[in-house]
Amino acid sequence: MSEKPGIVIVGASLAGLRGAEALRRGGYDGPLTIVGDEPYGPYDRPPLSKHVLAGELRPEATTLPQLYPLRARWRLGHPAIGLDRPGKSIRLADGSVIPFAKLLIATGARARPWPGEGAGLGGIFTIRGRDDATALRQALTAPPKRVLVIGAGLIGCEAASCCRDLGLPVTMVDPNPTPLARVVGTLVGETLAGCMRRAGVDYRPGAKVLSLAGEGGRVRRAHLQDGGAIETDLVIIALGAVRDTAWLAEGGLMADSGGLTCDGTCRALGRDGEPDPDIYAAGDVARWPNPLYGWKPMTVEHWGNAVEQAAHAAGNMLRPEDPQIYTHLPAFWSSQFGINIKAVGLTDGADSVAIVQGSRAGLRFLAVYGRAGRSIAAVSFDQARWLPAYADRILAGAAFPPILDAIDQSRIETMAPGFPGPRPGPAAKLQPRESAHV
Amino acid sequence: MSDDTLFAEVLDPGNRADPYPIYARFRRNPVTRQRDGAYVVSTHAAIRSLIFDPRLSSQDLPPSRRPRTGNPLRDWILNPIKNRVANGHRPLIFRDPPDHDTLRGFVMKEFTIHRVNGLHQRVVSHVDKLIEACRGRDKVCLVEDLSYPLPVAIICELLGVPEKDEPQFHDWATRLATALEPDARRDEDTRRVTVTTFDAIAAYMRGLIREKRRHPADDMLSGLARRGTPDQPAMGDVDLISTAVLLLVAGHETTVNLITNGMLTLLRHPDELARLKADPERAPQLIEELLRFEPPVHFRTRKALGEIEIAGTTIPKGAPVILLFAAGNRDPERFTDPDRFDPDRDDVQHFGFGGGLHYCVGAPLARIEAEIALVRLCQRLRQPSLLADPPPYRPGASLRGPQNLGIRIAGIV
Repeated sequence: MSEKPGIVIVGASLAGLRGAEALRRGGYDGPLTIVGDEPYGPYDRPPLSKHVLAGELRPEATTLPQLYPLRARWRLGHPAIGLDRPGKSIRLADGSVIPFAKLLIATGARARPWPGEGAGLGGIFTIRGRDDATALRQALTAPPKRVLVIGAGLIGCEAASCCRDLGLPVTMVDPNPTPLARVVGTLVGETLAGCMRRAGVDYRPGAKVLSLAGEGGRVRRAHLQDGGAIETDLVIIALGAVRDTAWLAEGGLMADSGGLTCDGTCRALGRDGEPDPDIYAAGDVARWPNPLYGWKPMTVEHWGNAVEQAAHAAGNMLRPEDPQIYTHLPAFWSSQFGINIKAVGLTDGADSVAIVQGSRAGLRFLAVYGRAGRSIAAVSFDQARWLPAYADRILAGAAFPPILDAIDQSRIETMAPGFPGPRPGPAAKLQPRESAHV
Repeated sequence: MSDDTLFAEVLDPGNRADPYPIYARFRRNPVTRQRDGAYVVSTHAAIRSLIFDPRLSSQDLPPSRRPRTGNPLRDWILNPIKNRVANGHRPLIFRDPPDHDTLRGFVMKEFTIHRVNGLHQRVVSHVDKLIEACRGRDKVCLVEDLSYPLPVAIICELLGVPEKDEPQFHDWATRLATALEPDARRDEDTRRVTVTTFDAIAAYMRGLIREKRRHPADDMLSGLARRGTPDQPAMGDVDLISTAVLLLVAGHETTVNLITNGMLTLLRHPDELARLKADPERAPQLIEELLRFEPPVHFRTRKALGEIEIAGTTIPKGAPVILLFAAGNRDPERFTDPDRFDPDRDDVQHFGFGGGLHYCVGAPLARIEAEIALVRLCQRLRQPSLLADPPPYRPGASLRGPQNLGIRIAGIV
């Protein structure tokens, strides 16, 4: 090892790739190593729960294009298992040690596994990686007699939608009153529940799966809290994600299942609360104080954040003498039940919502969320074209509701968004102190 | 001339051959107020932001010739066009969501890429036939020989207008084209021609729609005229007619301009002409640059439904807003060396087809027609050169294009 240590990126997904590109584009000419736990090069995850499940896209076709020559050394299929901060190196599962001058941590998150009884049974799937999607797609073509989706968040809803498109019987169980309740509130969520039912999903809001039971090692039945049971031979667990920080347990950084805590410039914080000048984080794993939301520490598990934060962290790695604060307006999209849902901003703590364009009845509308008289977020159902205008108003801290005299605007009525209370019971422990945005 | 009357210079036919220096003066401010209360938007960033602003409406009725009396019958008699338009004969480019979206949805469902691609061979044979007709001459009058007849023929084909009625359509298209110009509304004769032409097309269309319902064929009008069901609503007859007329008008003159401007630009850049001739695969990127460099539509007018603050200017509620697409296309803040025609530029996000929710529905068809026409012209005209530069222009400032384009040739290949 005569070579001088260079920059090492842990995590070979979207954030890792875009971070690497930004380093090269920014003029970094030294050694660059990219470590990934999966055997694949960077690939795109959004299609996994949509086109791949639907069979419209082969899992291999999700490979991300490289937008800039990387000249990187790839260590794929070798998960990082430890960080030695004083020694400035990381350890991989195969025992090798990679020294670094600077480190970018972009390990992302992994699907939260089924926490209850029956976890080891066959026929239980999560959707996070390419292998997950490949296996699930294969199982869906079998075909199963009934698919059970546990969790009505973005991934669960997209999976349910695909399964209905494939003509499969689907039951969906979720403790909240509507799908996407924590993301968009029950008022908007109710509209989606309608679409779901019309699409033929056996949707069970306010229900909870206690355990999964099997026969011959394969899942056969789900037992509900209310005493009922659902016969099923394929279960999709869509309970969100946990940040991939286990490998940092002994690394001396402020990391837990809620993320790796950073300062405003994406530098990882040590246990003493001091930023490490050579260790940065980006993407799903990074918990940083977002100035847009009063410097509240948050992780944002969306595609756009992985891209932007990685490029931002890379810029700060190259110019540590002039570190820039990372400011990000979260945004996501989802396609399900024939509707394109797109959103900007965070609905956290919203006390009001108004339909500012279109109508819920017509399934085409734009909802704006307000908190204490300010506009904080906007969600569109098939009306994404107007979102940039609302994003501008949200960034400007405009009054709620923000844009009056718009086309296709009926009389604006302010309503309660209907967010469910904090998660009850043991599940609450899994939640980080800070908010996570899935 | 001061900036608050600068738009009059744009409208001045004397500046038609080269309006770009005026656009450059506009761009000194992203938004410029005109003395008549209109706001001209000229930078790429400001146009981009406004085409996605929900406060900008296209539901703009022609200004009343006479003030309203308050008596609807009297108003109707005094302002026949206005009321004709207001009473539902308003095509989707002059409508806002949700009506606009519903109508556009019907059109998009029929304007499929499959249907457009299916016209490819027809365009090739039309173009070749038109070029062949010039054999034996030492001069081509591009507009009347090719740019003009081609789009009408293709639209008739697309809609399913029988070939025998095509000459009639040519005539209507000519008479209606002028109706889209802003000053057309002020001119009494133009108004009268527009009304009578519209009535004639409407009557013809009603008959054709009946025919298509009786004997549906694989054409767009048959698709649009399909009877609705509760699950699958269909277009009403009034909208059907206004949509068919719109496709004829909007798809016609714009394509004429695209082809003519394209050939003019190629003749002014002989290297590019030679390269296209040698490598027809260059056509798609060349067409995109052409749409930026010499767009068929230079501006469209909208109305501010509410106060809009943009780039330091407050556009008041109710003000007309002129989106100067052709100026945004030449914005040096957005494009390197914007006044250079360079098909090899890798960033060419132009407003050649407008933008936002009114983005041209016929864009794929226009691209195919222009591609085929330009490639075939380059390949088949021997030693083409301009007879006059600049050529004479038609008066229209928005739908801007040469009146004719005389090309000297040494023969047809």
